[in-house]
Amino acid sequence: MSLVATGPARGRKLVTGVIGADTHIVGNRILSMALEEAGFEVIALGALTPSEDFVKAAIETAADAIMVSSLYGQGELDCRGFRDMCIEAGLEDILIYVGGNLVVGKQDWTDVERRFIEMGFDRAFPPNTRTDDVVAKLNADFAARAASGGIAK
Amino acid sequence: MKSGANMALLIDFGSTYTKLRAVDLMAGAIVATGQGPSTVTTDITVGMQAALDDLSAHMGGLPDFRHRLASSSAAGGLRMVTVGLVKELTAEAARQAALGAGARLVGSYAYRLTKADLEEIVALAPDVLLLSGGTDGGNSEVILHNARLLADSPLNCPVVAAGNRAAADEIRGLFEAAGKPLSVAGNVMPAFQELDIDPAREAIRQIFIDRIVHAKGIDRAAEMFDAVLMPTPAAVMAGAKLLSEGTMANPGLGPLVVIDIGGATTDVHSIAAGEPTSEAVVQYGLPEPHDKRTVEGDLGMRHNARAIVETAGLKQIATDAGVSESAVEGWLADIEANVEILPGDAQREAIDRAMARAAITIAMKRHAGSVRIVQTATGPVTVQQGKDLTRVAVLIGTGGALAHAADPAGILLAALGDDSDRTSLRPRAPAMHVDRDYLLYAVGLLAGVEPDAAFAMAMNGIGITGGENEQRDTG
Repeated sequence: MSLVATGPARGRKLVTGVIGADTHIVGNRILSMALEEAGFEVIALGALTPSEDFVKAAIETAADAIMVSSLYGQGELDCRGFRDMCIEAGLEDILIYVGGNLVVGKQDWTDVERRFIEMGFDRAFPPNTRTDDVVAKLNADFAARAASGGIAK
Repeated sequence: MKSGANMALLIDFGSTYTKLRAVDLMAGAIVATGQGPSTVTTDITVGMQAALDDLSAHMGGLPDFRHRLASSSAAGGLRMVTVGLVKELTAEAARQAALGAGARLVGSYAYRLTKADLEEIVALAPDVLLLSGGTDGGNSEVILHNARLLADSPLNCPVVAAGNRAAADEIRGLFEAAGKPLSVAGNVMPAFQELDIDPAREAIRQIFIDRIVHAKGIDRAAEMFDAVLMPTPAAVMAGAKLLSEGTMANPGLGPLVVIDIGGATTDVHSIAAGEPTSEAVVQYGLPEPHDKRTVEGDLGMRHNARAIVETAGLKQIATDAGVSESAVEGWLADIEANVEILPGDAQREAIDRAMARAAITIAMKRHAGSVRIVQTATGPVTVQQGKDLTRVAVLIGTGGALAHAADPAGILLAALGDDSDRTSLRPRAPAMHVDRDYLLYAVGLLAGVEPDAAFAMAMNGIGITGGENEQRDTG
């Protein structure tokens, strides 16, 4: 039995896509389908998505979170300034997640995660993350925000 | 008086001329044409009567026409302002809707309107404003902000709201409270990257018929016609669409492009899906309308002659015309002193030809899509943005620069793409025709009531012999 969106997370709008010159679409598609199944509304941008397109899509659809995938090792370059771009666009408080093969070579995950959190991502996910883990984190984060009065629906 | 039971009169109230086309509906052919000056700014009936007298002289009296339908681009055309949210998304979708409705875009805005924006819009005094923003259920804050500003402003033109459905009721309330005219139409972008501009287009057309025709004083000639159906560019597009898609009885010509090169602007219409011709190509950007119109406001043979030369390069115009650069400069100066001027000699005709060729190349390039190669970790990928028109079956040119040219085909050839620029998805090998008699507007007007006669009139009048639909699979 897969996890579903609960409480304040139910029906939230998520923008998904693969950032940069990255054509690896399969994992992102599986994630998008799983999120939809779990009760989220998904706006899937697909592969080869420039970072600004995530932001534009989030503005137009009034999305609650942006889920960035990167599989080809250039994630750190592509994601630089992503939070700043959201702030510039008036999406200061939007939830942003990143996941995939974010860096090349064998690097310590906690170090990689720290770097992405410092870049302003709310969560970073290593390779082999299960979709249930993502749903659980979304449930927790939306619940926390609702409790703190940070979001309204 | 002739029997007019099978005749139709198609009228265009243009910015310079009032043009008439009398059509025999049985034969599907133009019987006579008439022309008068455009007198919309004073009394429209004067120019219309002059045109009717001219037509009557050609026909030996006027029959009792079965249909008398008109289009209009007079009194500045249908001047529109569009407002959207993200520039490349709903703001672009709104632009496409307005252009498709045959409007002359005088301003386009994105995001929250500022006080300065609003002042600008009020000063522009558009005939209609199209307000969009947000996908259905998406952002409603910005469209509401903009609606509030517009409702509270001195602006009093009809507004079409074609944005986020969730905001429609509140917008309606705001305009009702302000006592201002508002039509609500379907969202131009109901879901992310999904374009649906026909409802907005139809709402604009309805406002044009119900209000603009009166506001522009065109209805003073109401006894001389049955209806003004649409702005002239929308009639040209309707004519192009009929030719492309055909009727119940006549198969259409397939994907088709019309280039209309005028004194002030160059319009391009494409009736084509424009999807990638190869499965390996990735499409990027907002999907484009099947019936797409672009207007190049900087490419006009008289009012914007210098802009053409500046965009194409003085050297290129001089080389293409086979004249010196100073000769081009001289002709530009003469045009600027008198935009009604005619070339009068071979050298100036050659410069006009070179300018027309340049305008057509640039306008077609801007209208058509393009491809670029993106290097990815898994190898190069071809990314297409905009429409692929390489396999368009028919290209029709119209406008004075083509109608009066000695070799219109030589000018029209400039629209075509070739191997020297593989990134531009312009038509490659279409059958080419020139609409010398400016029939397309008449075809478009007649298409709604007598599609088969309209189709036959276009085929006969533009000299299309058939056989063009071999390549129609891309449509």
